[in-house]
Amino acid sequence: MKARTLFDKLWDSHVVEQLPDGTAILYIDRHLIHEVTSPQAFEGLRMAGRKIHNPEAMMAVIDHNVPTTDRSKPIEEDDSRQQIEALEHNVKEFGVPFIPLQSDKQGIIHVVGPEEGITLPGMTIVCGDSHTSTHGAFGALAFGIGTSEVEHVMATQTLLQKPAKNLKIEINGTLRPGMSAKDVVLAVIGHIGTAGGTGHVIEFTGSVIRNLDMAGRMTVCNMAIEGGARSGLIAPDEVTFEYIKGRPNAPQGADFDAAVGYWKSLASDEGAHYDKVITINVDNLEPMVTWGTSPEDVLPITGNIPDPALLKDESQRLRKQRMLDYMDLKIGTPIAGTKIDAVFIGSCTNSRLEDLRAAAHVLKGKKIANHVWALVVPGSGVIKKQAEAEGLDKIFIDAGFEWREAGCSMCLAMNPDRLKPGQRCASTSNRNFEDRQGPGGRTHLVSPAMAAAAAVKGELTDVREMI
Amino acid sequence: MDKFDILTAIAAPLPEENIDTDKIIPARFLKTTKRSGLGKSAFYSWRYDENGKEREEFVLNREPYRQAEILVTYENFGCGSSREHAPWALLDFGIRCVIAPSFADIFFNNSFKNGILPIRLPREICEQLVEDTKMGANAKLTINLEKQEIIRPNGEKISFEVDPLRRQLLLDGLDDIGQTLQHVKSIDDFEEKRKQNQPWYPKVSAEKLSS
Ligand code: SF4
Repeated sequence: MKARTLFDKLWDSHVVEQLPDGTAILYIDRHLIHEVTSPQAFEGLRMAGRKIHNPEAMMAVIDHNVPTTDRSKPIEEDDSRQQIEALEHNVKEFGVPFIPLQSDKQGIIHVVGPEEGITLPGMTIVCGDSHTSTHGAFGALAFGIGTSEVEHVMATQTLLQKPAKNLKIEINGTLRPGMSAKDVVLAVIGHIGTAGGTGHVIEFTGSVIRNLDMAGRMTVCNMAIEGGARSGLIAPDEVTFEYIKGRPNAPQGADFDAAVGYWKSLASDEGAHYDKVITINVDNLEPMVTWGTSPEDVLPITGNIPDPALLKDESQRLRKQRMLDYMDLKIGTPIAGTKIDAVFIGSCTNSRLEDLRAAAHVLKGKKIANHVWALVVPGSGVIKKQAEAEGLDKIFIDAGFEWREAGCSMCLAMNPDRLKPGQRCASTSNRNFEDRQGPGGRTHLVSPAMAAAAAVKGELTDVREMI
Repeated sequence: MDKFDILTAIAAPLPEENIDTDKIIPARFLKTTKRSGLGKSAFYSWRYDENGKEREEFVLNREPYRQAEILVTYENFGCGSSREHAPWALLDFGIRCVIAPSFADIFFNNSFKNGILPIRLPREICEQLVEDTKMGANAKLTINLEKQEIIRPNGEKISFEVDPLRRQLLLDGLDDIGQTLQHVKSIDDFEEKRKQNQPWYPKVSAEKLSS
């Protein structure tokens, strides 16, 4: 048989039917939903008198709109409340497994899915949300879809899809102390650009990926989408199986062993064809930080703000100049030392227990700068509890951070957590777009350890000087 | 989705180029949880003044164009953001067909998905059709999708092109979902096979999520 990549295997094992024009009807194993992109899909079903094909392939949670402060009070913002109430109503009507807001398990959908063992290797997983790529860390084909497609999956358990191309990114070398998966993926995006993965699914391989824990692998796949890819993938291995074992919704006992047998067969075959291969060495990697308003505009913390005048392409030059104006940065000055107003540790990129530990490690026994407003928003209620059991909450609170309830929060500022115009934030999230963290807000994407270091110094700074 | 075979209806003129999706439905209406009900906000800034009162001069606020089911407009209709709220708003207003020299790609595809027929015709013909729409209550066009022709009020016929698959879906009243559901047997078979080969892939358990 022809040597196949991990992607090829996932694709082949889910094609229900091949249509004459090259489109496939692709079977979907898991459909995750949240309050923002699902209401019109439910409404569409209702209007057409259709049912959900398989509600038990689904999981719903509220994350984008929720306040991260006291949950016992009613939600003040009307449209947020209505979206939440609509989801509560819809899951009941259609019988969709649901984690309510009051549950300890509530959290960001891409954190909760893996945590509950709903995300498993060898699956196809979709969600009306671009960062669905996160689940690719388990060796599942996972990608974001639009509202019409959400409805399509609900009604048919399939999607109409054309296969993507294969891009392999092999990451080798040894990460030095202070460096994390976030620095690796920011460097990758800086290297390939925000359109570098367009039309492709990226499979991440190499010794660095093998040595990452699941939290780190999820961080990498989460941001594959920022490199323009449809999805990220990592072949499942012992680290994956160890993570899954015993999770509430994962196969148990003999079933688990049988599953592992199959999952081991998913890794790309020797000699499989990739449309493109990129190799990156991280021996000299330094902590990374973005300076612009696109994730590809990234620098090592030891670097200086680049000069757009050096760019050949005129429209690029204008675009980068506009970014510098928006970010209020000066050409040629070191990025380290840039004063910040806020720090956000959270989002489906970096809100897992390992991320909180890394930040707490830097903060232990220190205080944040007086002028800094700092938030920690755990990715789920489960993580919050675990962190509290380890005493991490105390470290954060003693340092001057606010310790919040789980949700998307200031990753996209759909809830009340947002920057004021002109405020500058060191953030562990995934998008530094204009206005993303609040109208007029300025975002620098960094790792959890770098965010903690920035909070202490009150400016962007090299975390290696603090550990 | 309602079938689209022969439509005889009032056509309203919007003789402008580059009408974007923000014009069709402004961003502030996107936080809705519904796709129905957007019709009253379609073309909001043209239809209403600052106090939310209808502007008499706007064509869709006048008779007989309030009943229009066809729009005749110019180049690049539906450009801008990819929001599916744009065809939702048009459909909810009652529009089933838009005629223009060209459309933005995503809007074009989204229209079919929602049972709206977008027809591309050369600018000169669109200009003639705009003239037709000025005949008030007689401004009726007939769109025959089966024969792929438009019949003008004077009886003249204009033929148009449409993708054969898209055409069939509209004639049958099938959206993408309806089309895929024609393959439901294959889907069920696939599921059954999967259950046998990989019985250890569990269902999501609502119970386990709540414990
Ligand atoms: S944390 Fe941010 S990126 Fe992740 S799902 Fe929420 S809003 Fe999207």
